[in-house]
Amino acid sequence: MFENTTKLLLHDIENLHEIDVYIKNGGYEAFKKALKMTPDEVINEVKTSGLRGRGGACFPTGLKWTFMPKGKEKPKFLAVNGDESEPGSFKDRQIFEFNPHQLIEGILISGYAMGIDAAYIYIRGEYHKWIRLMQKALDDAYESGFIGKRMKEVFGTDYSIEIYIHKGAGAYICGEETSLMTSIEGDRGYPRFKPPFPAQRGLWNMPTTVNNVETIATVPAIIAIGGENYAKIGAQKHPGTLLFGVSGHINKPGVYELPTGTLLTDIIYNHCEGVLGNKKIKAVIPGGSSMPPLRGDEIDGVKMDEESLKEYGTHIGTGGIIVMNEDTDIVKVTLRIAHFYHHESCGQCTPCREGCGWMEKILKRIVAGEGTIKDLDLLVSVANNIEGNTICALGDAAAWPVRGFVTRFREDFEKYVTQSRVFKAPNIVHGRRNTADTLIEAV
Amino acid sequence: MEDIQEIRFSEEELKEIEMVKSRYPSSKSAIMHVLWMAQKKFGWLSNDVKEYVAKILDLPESHVHGVASFYTMYFKKPMGKYHIQVCTNISCMLRGGEEIYEHVSEKLGIGHNQRTEDGLFSLEEVECMGACGGAPMVAINEDFYENIDIVKVDELISSFRNKI
Repeated sequence: MFENTTKLLLHDIENLHEIDVYIKNGGYEAFKKALKMTPDEVINEVKTSGLRGRGGACFPTGLKWTFMPKGKEKPKFLAVNGDESEPGSFKDRQIFEFNPHQLIEGILISGYAMGIDAAYIYIRGEYHKWIRLMQKALDDAYESGFIGKRMKEVFGTDYSIEIYIHKGAGAYICGEETSLMTSIEGDRGYPRFKPPFPAQRGLWNMPTTVNNVETIATVPAIIAIGGENYAKIGAQKHPGTLLFGVSGHINKPGVYELPTGTLLTDIIYNHCEGVLGNKKIKAVIPGGSSMPPLRGDEIDGVKMDEESLKEYGTHIGTGGIIVMNEDTDIVKVTLRIAHFYHHESCGQCTPCREGCGWMEKILKRIVAGEGTIKDLDLLVSVANNIEGNTICALGDAAAWPVRGFVTRFREDFEKYVTQSRVFKAPNIVHGRRNTADTLIEAV
Repeated sequence: MEDIQEIRFSEEELKEIEMVKSRYPSSKSAIMHVLWMAQKKFGWLSNDVKEYVAKILDLPESHVHGVASFYTMYFKKPMGKYHIQVCTNISCMLRGGEEIYEHVSEKLGIGHNQRTEDGLFSLEEVECMGACGGAPMVAINEDFYENIDIVKVDELISSFRNKI
């Protein structure tokens, strides 16, 4: 299954979602191999591989695992993040549908390495179908004794783990790791402060690791081919294969598994067969809607890995590439993104709750032709005041794209605001007394 | 016109709830699953339903109200038999999602989170559903319909209308 090292997650094998087919192709062998190693050796193998989290933050997975306390005094949990709500991301559902057993095997190996007692796969509520598919795979694995109490007779190990699915109900914020945990605990999905980090106090105050579905599904591949070999794939500082979900104005949208460091133009023009109607590219969002966009004229030579994208002031995120052609109205796109974050802000922190609303209102005003040139700086200023001032990263996720679009496509915004504007509120002539609110009231 | 239905889970459903509770160290964690079950059985989460869920899980009613109102997929009012969810987020918007939303809204004469008078359809403008590769998309109840256009959405609506 892992001979072809450019495809480690979505293999070209028919019916791989069925447990028999998966076993026939070498499935669950990586877990058997891991059982012959000590848990620390497994963690070291993952460290050697250089695997970095696929949920967007790119944190080294092996290092994260070492934060978990050793010993058995407390129960330990693993939360697998399949909330996948970032606009432009649709990769995890491919794993649920086409390779669910590799995810299960990944949970077994990660669980063995960290001494996990129970794992919860958090899947967004909208994925009814994929929850059913994943549940089927879990049921089959339970029936074969690969999970749960019968692991001793099947694998001859004293280690055992329970795996459950937790179904979300439509909240973007639950993709944030602490929010995901409060959601599993049965509360409103409010993020909590870090520290304490999940490895100290996670689910029910017990040591917990939260990893993305794609991250965990990659683990069997690492154990099978060895960490050193995995580290050789793709970009040196961000190795491996990545599921790129390409959408927008593109001829062949879809999920493509490619090594990190693949050229963005290679993905767009070769793998996805170019832009719809052969038009020019105006903008590309490289990693889901919360990442700052790239201008169409700067995508040449951009490599799709975290370190390369950092040089362009953006990030790999979830690998959700959104392509926009030259006819796209960037201001309306920005408004749509701002609306999304306003809608999804959980409301705990003032900068995010109020700031996201402000950004949406200001953008609405600009789109309505009633904005002023000052509004553009106001947008950047609001974004700057959200970033870093909130409990979780949703604030940053809302601020980055707005600031990115306004600064990188300023001429598009200026076109909207240079039209003359009639002030309706009397105090607005006193420019210095303006607040966003009085301006908003005026519209 | 709502069916008058006693708010009570069957023995089998109560067993399922016990099974779900056993998956977690604290039975509070079962709340999302139980709310899903309640929505499926009773159609939407009325105050009576939420109070019943609170009683079953031995939780304060206010907590159940809080959780139910936090998540957008729990219905706070009766929805149509066929709940049409049109995505207008960025990937769908780029490929005509907003036009599809406007079209459905006009055709059915209802707006966001409203339902038709006959109770057959309700409409929701949803955020990204994770089907960006098949944009534009709509979801009707639990099923995704990807790569659609106005003609296909019309066909879908009439096929559901003919199902009654």
